[in-house]
Amino acid sequence: MLPREYRTISSISGPLMMVEKTQDVMYDELVEITLSNGDKRRGRVLEIESDRALVQVFEGTTGIENDDTKVRFLGKVLTLPVSRDMLGRVFNGRGEPIDGGAQLIAEQNLDINGMPMNPFSRDYPSEFIQTGISTIDGLNPMVRGQKLPIFSASGLPHNRMAAQIARQATVISGHEDFAVVFAAMGITFEEASFFMEDFRRTGALQRTVLYINLADDPAIERISTPRIALTAAEYLAFECNMHVVVILTDLTNYCEALREISAARKEVPGRRGYPGYLYTDLATMYERAGRLKGKSGSITQIPILTMPEDDKTHPIPDLTGYITEGQIILSRSLHRQGIYPPVDVMPSLSRLKDKGIGRDKTREDHADLMNQLFAAYARGKEAKELAVILGEGALSDEDKAFAKFSTVFEDKYVRQGEYENRTIKETLELGWDLLTMIPVKELKRIRDAYIEKYLNPLLKAKAEKGNA
Amino acid sequence: MPDKKEVKGVIERISGSLVVAGGMEGASMQDVVHIGELGLVGEILEVNGDKASIQVYEETSGLMPGEPVVSMGEPLSVELGPGIIEQFYDGIQRPLELIEKAAKSPYISRGISVPALDREKKWDFTPKVKVGDDVIAGDILGTVQETVVVEHRIMVPYGIKGKVSKIEKGEHTVEEVIAVIDDNGTMHEVKMLQRWPVRKSRPVKTRLAPNVPMTTGQRVVDAFFPVALGGTACVPGPFGSGKTVIQHQFAKWAQAQIVVYVGCGERGNEMTDVLLEFPELDDPQTGQPLMKRTTLIANTSNMPVAAREASVYTAITLAEYYRDMGYSVALMADSTSRWAEALREMSGRLEEMPGEEGYPAYLGTRLASFYERAGRCIVNGKDGREGSITVIGAVSPPGGDLSEPVTQNTLRVTKVFWGLDANLAYQRHFPAINWLNSYSLYTERLDPYWDEKFDDQWSGLRTEAMGLLEQEAQLNEIVRLVGIDALSRDERMVMETAKSLREDFLHQNAFHEIDTYASMEKQFKMLRTIVSFHHAGLDALHKGAPMNKLFNLPVREQIARMRYLEEKDIAQIDKLEDTIKEQISGIIPVGGDTNAA
Repeated sequence: MLPREYRTISSISGPLMMVEKTQDVMYDELVEITLSNGDKRRGRVLEIESDRALVQVFEGTTGIENDDTKVRFLGKVLTLPVSRDMLGRVFNGRGEPIDGGAQLIAEQNLDINGMPMNPFSRDYPSEFIQTGISTIDGLNPMVRGQKLPIFSASGLPHNRMAAQIARQATVISGHEDFAVVFAAMGITFEEASFFMEDFRRTGALQRTVLYINLADDPAIERISTPRIALTAAEYLAFECNMHVVVILTDLTNYCEALREISAARKEVPGRRGYPGYLYTDLATMYERAGRLKGKSGSITQIPILTMPEDDKTHPIPDLTGYITEGQIILSRSLHRQGIYPPVDVMPSLSRLKDKGIGRDKTREDHADLMNQLFAAYARGKEAKELAVILGEGALSDEDKAFAKFSTVFEDKYVRQGEYENRTIKETLELGWDLLTMIPVKELKRIRDAYIEKYLNPLLKAKAEKGNA
Repeated sequence: MPDKKEVKGVIERISGSLVVAGGMEGASMQDVVHIGELGLVGEILEVNGDKASIQVYEETSGLMPGEPVVSMGEPLSVELGPGIIEQFYDGIQRPLELIEKAAKSPYISRGISVPALDREKKWDFTPKVKVGDDVIAGDILGTVQETVVVEHRIMVPYGIKGKVSKIEKGEHTVEEVIAVIDDNGTMHEVKMLQRWPVRKSRPVKTRLAPNVPMTTGQRVVDAFFPVALGGTACVPGPFGSGKTVIQHQFAKWAQAQIVVYVGCGERGNEMTDVLLEFPELDDPQTGQPLMKRTTLIANTSNMPVAAREASVYTAITLAEYYRDMGYSVALMADSTSRWAEALREMSGRLEEMPGEEGYPAYLGTRLASFYERAGRCIVNGKDGREGSITVIGAVSPPGGDLSEPVTQNTLRVTKVFWGLDANLAYQRHFPAINWLNSYSLYTERLDPYWDEKFDDQWSGLRTEAMGLLEQEAQLNEIVRLVGIDALSRDERMVMETAKSLREDFLHQNAFHEIDTYASMEKQFKMLRTIVSFHHAGLDALHKGAPMNKLFNLPVREQIARMRYLEEKDIAQIDKLEDTIKEQISGIIPVGGDTNAA
């Protein structure tokens, strides 16, 4: 079918325009728009009514005129050229190279919307990923194929943390192909160059694909950026058999863009003006994480979002939490105390943790140790709160030990350097080391055998040191 | 049945999952249509002149105005017959395994048409009626062993009665005629495969009161907030509060003969988890893998949204079919909020006037008519069989705010409310069902049943335990203000017992091989022991026993470990009562000095 060209734009509103007297237009079809000054833009069909088509323009509608602008329907949906050579490259939010390198020679052209994975064909995620960050590896372990978002807020160092994960993430079973796909939506130039510089300097770039949509790029482009990134990830994971970690930042900007389109279409708004289909829309992206039976690759997603007003019940974190398999929450109070990474351990959760740890995966004592650290930290924080009300004197000796533990825990276990890459073994040892501060009879969550094996040698060493 | 009439039209408008077709004169509401060259499946939602608004159950990208739309003149229906159990269906009853084979890909592609029931497989049919017998609709013609534990009963379809003039024993496929019924000269051929429209509830003879319990093996549920066979329950809770784990626990341990689990707009990995786990786990009642009594329906959150709306109807229709055979069926829907959102999305596209929070005004009626399909009843047929459907729906309120429309409308029709609490979840107290605000309207109806079984002690124990927890909540306020030392000795005992109730009884580890399920017998014994300790403890305190000694008695460790006793060893719990008496008498000062601290 020949591409058809029209000059029949009847109305323009926000990112949308209506094209009249169209024929044989497909739903979701890719559109090319040529402005009178020769500028080319792209868009897609959002709605068709007989001979009218509603088109969403990716780069915004500024400068589009009713009569002089040409609209061409390309007869295909938006696809992304993919190849293994994407690794090490930087693209814009539409998937075009911006690193000065050559155009990509496509091995395949893939529909960026992907297709839903058949739940029957999925394989359950169960292999541990080491991020080198204790609060994740030790307490909220992530597994291949999981989607584990970071709930942050403005002013918190989520970007540094994301870069650290991208740099350090690895599977402990060894040398398998590992790649990072990084999609930035609506972040500032400063932030974008931070990521690019950091990856370049540390050598992580060669196993990374970057898609960058800056804050001053058209907001509408952000709708396709994460989908493009995930399409690239799917190709690397399931065609090239790589283990791919996809980092999406910042989802809040994405949702704002979605709201903008929804408002322009005059749709009935849901909560806080976000469209009613926000859940479905987010799910079609998040659910592209996973593993497939019979394929050795995997897609692990780490979406990052900033909670407006630190509010976890805001629709964006709320709906995300309902879809993803847990969440890592950053705490402003820890950040104020100068602790990096400021992971709020208590409300953070990795739903798939039980499947990825233990003997043959990390270490046999991991689960017990994790539960004990959680419980001890919770009790310590409680004791500290009590001490604020009733004074330190009201605490029992045990509670005092727990209170001290929680302080040291934040300082030694939660806090770590931005370039400090702790192996899972180091993280576990650190945990045991901290538990020596607590009377052994209070360690109810750990099997006696593990106390014997892992804790007693430490206690003995400590006692000897005390004597010397 | 009226003749099926085909109506052909063309696409005029496409907007997401909504397609408007023209030239559809003669098509009726809720008819199934095939859309476009690909033959995507859809359902008519609205008819206006010759225009029909259609919700499409598959992704619509690539469709064009002018493509054909064909109505089959039949509403959305499911196929009923042997082969449903152990299946894993999508929202419109297509087996996902066959979709994978047909698509030759791990992704769900569009326009795939696969049969819900295997057409090739032969089932061994054993007749239960003879030639010449009089039968009416609902009577059992014969049986087929569907799985090790499920005997599939082939019934006379609705609208048919008469004399059996032919009945075929032996191996048959679902499409072969197994019986012929002669209704005064009109011959009706009956096959194992029958169809039923999903939006129409299957009729029953009489409905019964819900006064038989359905145990779930979950202590907080069975003891405090029980659900009856044929009852309805809802589990609302914010994310991370363990909704899905609770639903899985019910699906695993609920005392039902058939389990229908519908994953509606939830995570793909969760369905995979069920799919991999259920064949491995054994049902405590039959000793066979749980999968042998389960059927799964999945419309995960990334699958087309319109089919999400259909998935709960598909599920309840399958449940009704097994109820009609005389089984007790449990239906778990996770989560009804996603279903309501699908309704909202379609309603928005149809440009209907929105009600609260953008949900359509008919949200309440739709929810009510769905939950109303639950119930315990005498089903059709001459033998007066009893069957039941118990519906347990999860609700995902945005931000955990229970005042939102889906939760409120659900609470209006369901009789049990298990309120999940994020704070309990943070404290890792699971199941995170808040004992202070949850309720069950079946408690009074079910008390006589358990009282009879447990020497008239059950309801008394439960009431006392609930009272203690309530008192604890009030005492906690005082403690928070002035510290625990301000409490009297009796109040300290209440606090200790309430803590024991919380930690040793209500808390239950779903991932522990023994703790994951507790029989009613075990629950009763555990509860009785904890309350006994309370009584004996109070008595001892009055007689001057020192508090710290009482609270640190070695028997308390044994009380805490009751939950880990295997079902065959629960008699040991009875012995604890003696141990309690013995140890407590050991700390009461001789002569009973009432002033001792």
